[in-house]
Amino acid sequence: MQGEPQVVGRPLGKLLIRTSDKLARGEAQVINLGDRLFYALTRGLAFCVIFLVLLLVADLFRGSWEAMRQFGLKFLVGTTWDPVARQFGTLPTIIGTLVKASIALILAVPISIGSAIFISFYTPKWLRPVLSYPIELLAAIPSIIFGLWGIFVMVPVIRVIQVWLKANFGWFPLFDGPAVYGVGVLSGSVILAIMITPIIAAISRDILLMVPRTQIEGMLALGATKWEAIWKVALPYARTGLLGAVILGLGRAVGETMAVTMVGGNSFDLIHSLFDPVHSMASQIASEFAEATYSLYVSSLVYVGLVLFGITIVISLLAQLLLWRLSKGRIAILE
Amino acid sequence: MKIKGFPIVTAVAALLLSGTMALAACPSKGVKEMTGAGATFPYPLYSKMFSEYNKLCNVKVNYQSIGSGGGIRQLQELTVDFGGSDGIMDDKQKSQAKGGPVLHIPTVSGAVAVVQNLPGVRSGQLKLTTEVLAGIYLKTINNWNDTRIKALNPAVKLPDLAIAVVHRSDGSGTTFIFTNYLSKVSQEWKDKVGFATSVNWPGDVGGKGNEGVANSVKQIPGAIGYVELAYAKQNNIPWAQLRNKAGRYLEPSLEGAALAADQPDLPDHMEVMVTDSPNPKAYPITGFTWLLVYENQKDEAKADAVARLAWWMIHEGQQYALPLEYATLKGSAMKKTESLVKRINVSGRPVLK
Repeated sequence: MQGEPQVVGRPLGKLLIRTSDKLARGEAQVINLGDRLFYALTRGLAFCVIFLVLLLVADLFRGSWEAMRQFGLKFLVGTTWDPVARQFGTLPTIIGTLVKASIALILAVPISIGSAIFISFYTPKWLRPVLSYPIELLAAIPSIIFGLWGIFVMVPVIRVIQVWLKANFGWFPLFDGPAVYGVGVLSGSVILAIMITPIIAAISRDILLMVPRTQIEGMLALGATKWEAIWKVALPYARTGLLGAVILGLGRAVGETMAVTMVGGNSFDLIHSLFDPVHSMASQIASEFAEATYSLYVSSLVYVGLVLFGITIVISLLAQLLLWRLSKGRIAILE
Repeated sequence: MKIKGFPIVTAVAALLLSGTMALAACPSKGVKEMTGAGATFPYPLYSKMFSEYNKLCNVKVNYQSIGSGGGIRQLQELTVDFGGSDGIMDDKQKSQAKGGPVLHIPTVSGAVAVVQNLPGVRSGQLKLTTEVLAGIYLKTINNWNDTRIKALNPAVKLPDLAIAVVHRSDGSGTTFIFTNYLSKVSQEWKDKVGFATSVNWPGDVGGKGNEGVANSVKQIPGAIGYVELAYAKQNNIPWAQLRNKAGRYLEPSLEGAALAADQPDLPDHMEVMVTDSPNPKAYPITGFTWLLVYENQKDEAKADAVARLAWWMIHEGQQYALPLEYATLKGSAMKKTESLVKRINVSGRPVLK
């Protein structure tokens, strides 16, 4: 049974690998006009994307030049945002953005990966769409809707929770803030968590569904329980993909504007507790751009945009690094 | 024709006036389209006015409500025929305007209501002075049972409740008017915070837009905030009475807002914030919104169209202001605005005669 197909298969496989290697290196042997055109077209489009990114970076630099000359890197550690005194520093917003996104991840990751596991491994095939559809629907809701829902429904609930937390656990520094406001770090984080959960869940589900059934069946055949098979085989197999899903969620959380503006409280003070109102970078830009009346003000807002762009790049680089580390330590079944 | 509430000095003046108004309704030199951009605050009114103007003259006016800052930038770059702004251009902005001197033509004014959430206190019951309001926004007055608030409200039962200060987090003309008012009446506010479309607030919560502020005020017990009068009215948010410069306590109203601009010492160029008006019947937190138009125009047809549109907006157009909760131009403000519109010229020749 193993003999014959392998003899035929091996050279073919090698040939395919060689061609794909060359394709990957961009030196494919172009045979006819159609191939040549297609190659030129895709190459053009690929450069187009790179060009767009470069253009964006260049424009961000150009736009923020005035603020950079004025404030330099102190902009990143400055804690005053005062359009009247023409003094701009963005540390509180950077911290606000990162803290809210991190708490959102902590809340969203277990829920989304848990639901993805359930849908992929415990749900009969016919039932999957019934469970998946609401997740996809959630992912498609515009953020302003989340924001409105947040203001009218979520914030009053969070306020009650915050007041209770402060009354009972006020000695804990994170709960020693203006609980009665309702809007603030916690509300912002929760709304972000709700918004990124469907994204992480939908992608994780697709990735988990791609784990070969044979891997899991093999594990079961060896006497593992289903839980062990999922925990020890499926999740490690899918972890790079899952990490990618989480990073996408984080990206959305960092860049989210509308909903988080509506429930975040938007203060420029440094935060000390979970209940403090705080701005985030994207919402600050969106809120103030229209009425920014002089050029240094506009330039400072563009500078915030550049910093946000930088943060996004750092996050994705860290993710790449993490993926690289993970793939080096891959378990044997993947080789 | 809207000449009600207009002090008619002599019959001759009235005749002359109605004569010019009849002349000036529609563009006469073939312009079929105009573009403007700027302030969001007057947008509901402008879109109503421009739709009526389109019916009347078959001239389409596109107004993009991108904010005062954007309006000023587009006017500077000559990409629009007129700008809209809730604030006055500063000298640097004026120097960057590529078309020369810019006229600030007021169209209507708006009032800002101070709203609060105080259990047991009805709308219009709470009285505040400028000093106390500034103290609250500076966070030097932190509790509703502060003696300074109590002294103004002997009849009101004020609770022992922390004051949560709510402000706009987005740049806005409303904030400009409100902080301008506080700067005029409180030296401490002027030194520490100042006025602009967005400032460095001493505290507490920022809400996006009128709806954001209104919701935070409605939901947080002990909150105080400021919103456009129209928004406070439509949403039944309890508001406070404010003491004006003459010492009278007034609830926010359109009449009070209109009278704020009716004062003797208005400058001819109308680049003035009418907050804290000396008029004894004026509500103190009131401000104009302006059309920004180049005084010296190049294109005769465009100049004619813009001037006639502006003229129509400050006369016939005013009838749409009250239903949409904007205060109309009155008295001396109207007269000075008319002469401003008449200054629009092409190489020295005024467009409207």
